[in-house]
Amino acid sequence: MKEEHKHIKAKKYGMVIDLDKCTGCGACMVACMAENNVPFKEDETDKLLSITWLRIYKLTNGKPFPETDICYLPRPCMHCEGQHGHAPCVSVCPATVTDYDMETGIVSQIYTRCFGCRYCMAACPYHARYFNWWDPVWPEGMEKYLNPNVSPRMRGVVEKCSFCFPRYQVAKDKAMAEGRREVEEHEYQTACTQACPAGAITFGDLNNPKHAVYKLKMSPNAFRLLERLGTNPKVYYISSREWVRRSGDNYLANEVKIKKL
Amino acid sequence: MDSALIPVMDDALKPKGVQRCPIWQFALWICIFGAILLWGVYAMFLCWFKGLNQTNMNDAYGFALWIWADLAVIALGGGAFFTGFLRYIIGKDELKNIINYAVLIGFICYSSALLILAIDVGQPLRAWFIFWHANVHSMLTEVAFCLSCYFGVLTIEYIPLVLENRQIDKVPFFHNLAHNMHEIMAIFAATGAFLSFFHQGSLGGVAGVLFGRPFGYREGVLIWPWTFFLFTWSAAACGPCFTIMITKLTEVITGKKLVKQNVIDLLAKISGWMLASYIIAKILDTVYWATVTVPDMGYTLKHFYSNPVYGIWILFLEIVLGGILPAIILITKTGRNNNVTLWIAVVLAVIGVSVNRWVMVLQVMAVPILPFESWYLYLPSWQETATTILPVAYGILLVMLSYRYLPIFPQERELNPID
Amino acid sequence: MFPFSFEWIWDMSHMVFHGGLWYALSIIGLGMTYCILKATIDTFQGKGGHHE
Repeated sequence: MKEEHKHIKAKKYGMVIDLDKCTGCGACMVACMAENNVPFKEDETDKLLSITWLRIYKLTNGKPFPETDICYLPRPCMHCEGQHGHAPCVSVCPATVTDYDMETGIVSQIYTRCFGCRYCMAACPYHARYFNWWDPVWPEGMEKYLNPNVSPRMRGVVEKCSFCFPRYQVAKDKAMAEGRREVEEHEYQTACTQACPAGAITFGDLNNPKHAVYKLKMSPNAFRLLERLGTNPKVYYISSREWVRRSGDNYLANEVKIKKL
Repeated sequence: MDSALIPVMDDALKPKGVQRCPIWQFALWICIFGAILLWGVYAMFLCWFKGLNQTNMNDAYGFALWIWADLAVIALGGGAFFTGFLRYIIGKDELKNIINYAVLIGFICYSSALLILAIDVGQPLRAWFIFWHANVHSMLTEVAFCLSCYFGVLTIEYIPLVLENRQIDKVPFFHNLAHNMHEIMAIFAATGAFLSFFHQGSLGGVAGVLFGRPFGYREGVLIWPWTFFLFTWSAAACGPCFTIMITKLTEVITGKKLVKQNVIDLLAKISGWMLASYIIAKILDTVYWATVTVPDMGYTLKHFYSNPVYGIWILFLEIVLGGILPAIILITKTGRNNNVTLWIAVVLAVIGVSVNRWVMVLQVMAVPILPFESWYLYLPSWQETATTILPVAYGILLVMLSYRYLPIFPQERELNPID
Repeated sequence: MFPFSFEWIWDMSHMVFHGGLWYALSIIGLGMTYCILKATIDTFQGKGGHHE
């Protein structure tokens, strides 16, 4: 039994997003909202009040025509590892609401324990955390379409992308029932990964050489957002364009080469 | 009740041998500030019943006006712990003539801070989770624990004052209780100082540990970022300035000298040296942060001050006008003894520390971090403003009531003899 | 906050943090208990009645 345990290395679920493939269609955002029962309001004009676990940013190289170039960048929660699991948001939460799971590398959020101090939002440099300024109100009949595996949240608590963790629980239960200890790569995929028509998002265990993300993250064109802050995120981006890679972090004017950390 | 009884009761409650304004004048001001208080209470209930959508906070501004108000009143309320520390631990006996007022101001500041926090959290009914499910690694946990404990200490320090009211003092038990509490007040004051050193520091740590927010983040020693020490230091320096400012304001309003000049002078002098040493440390911290920490993260100092609202002027206001200038005035004898320059110094010190707390909350949120973001700016809603003014009105009311009916200023009778 | 809550771990951080907290709370609690008890005894001994 002990021997068996040794073989099971801790998982580190993460994502690799190929920005050269992303068209900014927004299917991932819609899939995410449907999967995770993300509430919405009648008027979503003010995006700083909208809850978007996955948000697409539009980046431009700032050059005039004909050198103008744009790039769409989907931004889920980065599930930062920080140093030894000290993600920016995890250590600040006063009520142990959010936690870095050493077994999966997923940063969790216990909605029923959160009392809405919003310190985690102040700590997150990616703006990946959202506050429920209102109670969720679903349009007539829509409550029947809610995902029964994901608990809806109430007013006054913080929520964020969970890498569709309930799907992992379902996959693990299934594997257990079938007498397996391991969840296969295809058995646990996030909603955004499956919804992306361009196949830009790849999800899996970054520690597992059999998973696609393992190799993809090693691409010379791979980078992470704000690596220099030491957040140690688990979402990688790939782009063949130098300006896109440079947009992932801040550099001083005299730093010509992107520092690889 | 017969309305003719009111002046009689009022007279019976007032301390002996002191002059107070007529009851109608007192009642008028109570009504005015009571109305402001009610306005704030109305906004408070709106926030509680309708939720934080009543504010102008958003997902970029999770921390806003309230958290600033919280940090500012706690820094300004620092006069209570530091004066207590000087009086009971260091043994500066003259300060017994201002300690009562410092305690009252501290009590108001801390109760206000707790009230604001109760409005600020999204689920106030779950606020006890911070104690029950405490994460000992969070600065906010430490703040919550120490703040609540220290508020308890301040209440203990304020109770004997209430018990010394002329009528309450007649009850033997209350008289004895007040006497016994005075006897061991040094123990309470020491505990208060211990708690204050920590929670003032932890409030500095709140922004200092945010390694994802380069404007607030500071390196440090062990688990404490430099802001931990700077916040305690600045509260100890500027808290007494606020005590002096409010004392002098009370003297202007009542038209009486309430505390002897040598007491004010001593507190101002200590404050001045604290402020001078603090501002040197603050400058060193800023220089190190700007030249080492920030470039390591890929930013320049200019980046953080590249907004019309958050320009470099704010750094000048905080350090030069709100730090160096008042420190110079307060450490010189002529500066302290001149009424005008003393006024300027204490007001500037109060502004300086408030600006420091402002930038460590609101500018931290405003600065763009991702290269493809822009500045986030925010204006508070009327509900936020009203709930921030609420503690001010409450504070004025408590000062009015305490001044009228309690022996707050031990030197008042001697300085203002009634024939 | 209490050793029986499930987040509690007997590590240095918990012991230092909660040690400090319970130390402060004990001083406040014991101090107030002493004051109240002594005031009660004093009152029964007839002290404090010299006013007016």
